Amino acid sequence: MTSVEIREIILDILEGIAPDDDLSNLNDEQPFREQLELDSMDFLDIVMELRKRYRIQIPEEDYPQLASMQSTVEYLEPRMKDLQKV
Amino acid sequence: MIASLPNSQRVVITGIGLTSPNGNSLCEFREGLLEGRSGVRDYEIRYVGKTLAGVCTFDDLKYQKRKEVRRGTRAGSVGIYCAREAIEASGLDWANVDPAQVGVYVGVTEHGNVETENEIYEIKGYDYDTKYWSHHHNPRTVANNPAGEISLNLGITGPHYTLGAACAAGNVGLIQGAQMLRLGECEVALAGGVSESIHTFGIFASFRSQGALAEHQDPTKASRPFDRARNGIVVAEGGCICVLETYERAAARGTKIYGELVGYSINSDATDFVLPNPQRQAECVRLALRRAGIAPEQADIVSTHATGTSSGDIQECQALAEVFQGSPRTRFNNTKSYIGHAMGAAGTLELCGNLPAFEDGLCHPTLNVDELDPECQLPGLVTDGPRALDKVTYIVNNSFGMLGINSVVIVKRV
Repeated sequence: MTSVEIREIILDILEGIAPDDDLSNLNDEQPFREQLELDSMDFLDIVMELRKRYRIQIPEEDYPQLASMQSTVEYLEPRMKDLQKV
Repeated sequence: MIASLPNSQRVVITGIGLTSPNGNSLCEFREGLLEGRSGVRDYEIRYVGKTLAGVCTFDDLKYQKRKEVRRGTRAGSVGIYCAREAIEASGLDWANVDPAQVGVYVGVTEHGNVETENEIYEIKGYDYDTKYWSHHHNPRTVANNPAGEISLNLGITGPHYTLGAACAAGNVGLIQGAQMLRLGECEVALAGGVSESIHTFGIFASFRSQGALAEHQDPTKASRPFDRARNGIVVAEGGCICVLETYERAAARGTKIYGELVGYSINSDATDFVLPNPQRQAECVRLALRRAGIAPEQADIVSTHATGTSSGDIQECQALAEVFQGSPRTRFNNTKSYIGHAMGAAGTLELCGNLPAFEDGLCHPTLNVDELDPECQLPGLVTDGPRALDKVTYIVNNSFGMLGINSVVIVKRV
């Protein structure tokens, strides 16, 4: 899976978690929580959705890597490179 | 005796918000009851398949964001809708109400079954690996959830909790609200009941296994308390929340008063898990009448609990026949025949559906009584269209539940 595809997946997950937010102007370098109404439970939804969709297990100590779109894609790229987008 | 309390201890209803399968406001609901409009329809739920239910159509995005609906529970959304509508109807200047002086008391028959079933269904797709169990499960299933969602939505910082009281819960929520007002625990009580029960297959399956789930080719005919051909309960969702205040406070702000809670009672059968006990039910009604300071013959309308089961309806009729044997003018009706059994919301919905009778003088009938069961032959049972009454002053509302919990609320015209 490419970094572009991973970004699309994260966007899709965010649309489900934050359906009232406009994601069209999301700044990839800026932390999600500075741009969206996300709390810790929402953040866990990102982790859970990745687990459910792609069986990716993200250890708790790695959660800070998912702070922004850019850091999330960078973190996931090596872990998802052999997966197909579903 | 409640009826002789000072104004600072008298409790009145100043706002009503509701969603029922045949109406999303008191006005719509009342119209439905007077027009004989059923809210029961075909329904399908996992594992059980095709069945019938009372389904609500309120706009859950009227007072919640999509994210809040997703995060919370159906019972929470029902509660929020009803609470907001009740506050609107009460005319309270909400921005200037002290949120610490508001209490939320919500009756529930059950809570958490829907969310638990959903999670088990979800992890079935992951070979029941609990790593896939949602972190939302606990906040969704804690017993205070529906009341808590109301407090979160409205910024209420006074007490909030639910009252687990089986199908007596709607009355019990009101009673709790009244008691907390009298104790000075709050100045405004949001009290009533909610139900999300049509979203749990377990309740349908359990009633079916018990031989108590209604079936009928015409959904609108399925809920038929007191009729010889009744064959069980139609499960419904719904909610009804009342704004309760002391008479003193309500009169000071000159607001409309829907009625005064002048009598109530709760007791227990202590005899069986599911079978009712007419003797205890009669005792419960008598206790409420005594507290209201009225004789049975002063009751204008008795809103029955009857659910359409073979035994329950007869037991309640035995209790009522005994208490009201010298009350030829008392009329009896049943609201489940329109909307099914709204479980935790039933008591409050059925009471509030009758309250407009103080103004229009009409007792809505029981639907679907094509052939009255001789064992349900209450002399004052209204079945053929709305009955015009001279003047309605007292309405008695029965609400009973499993494990033998009985509750009665009496509301007086003000």
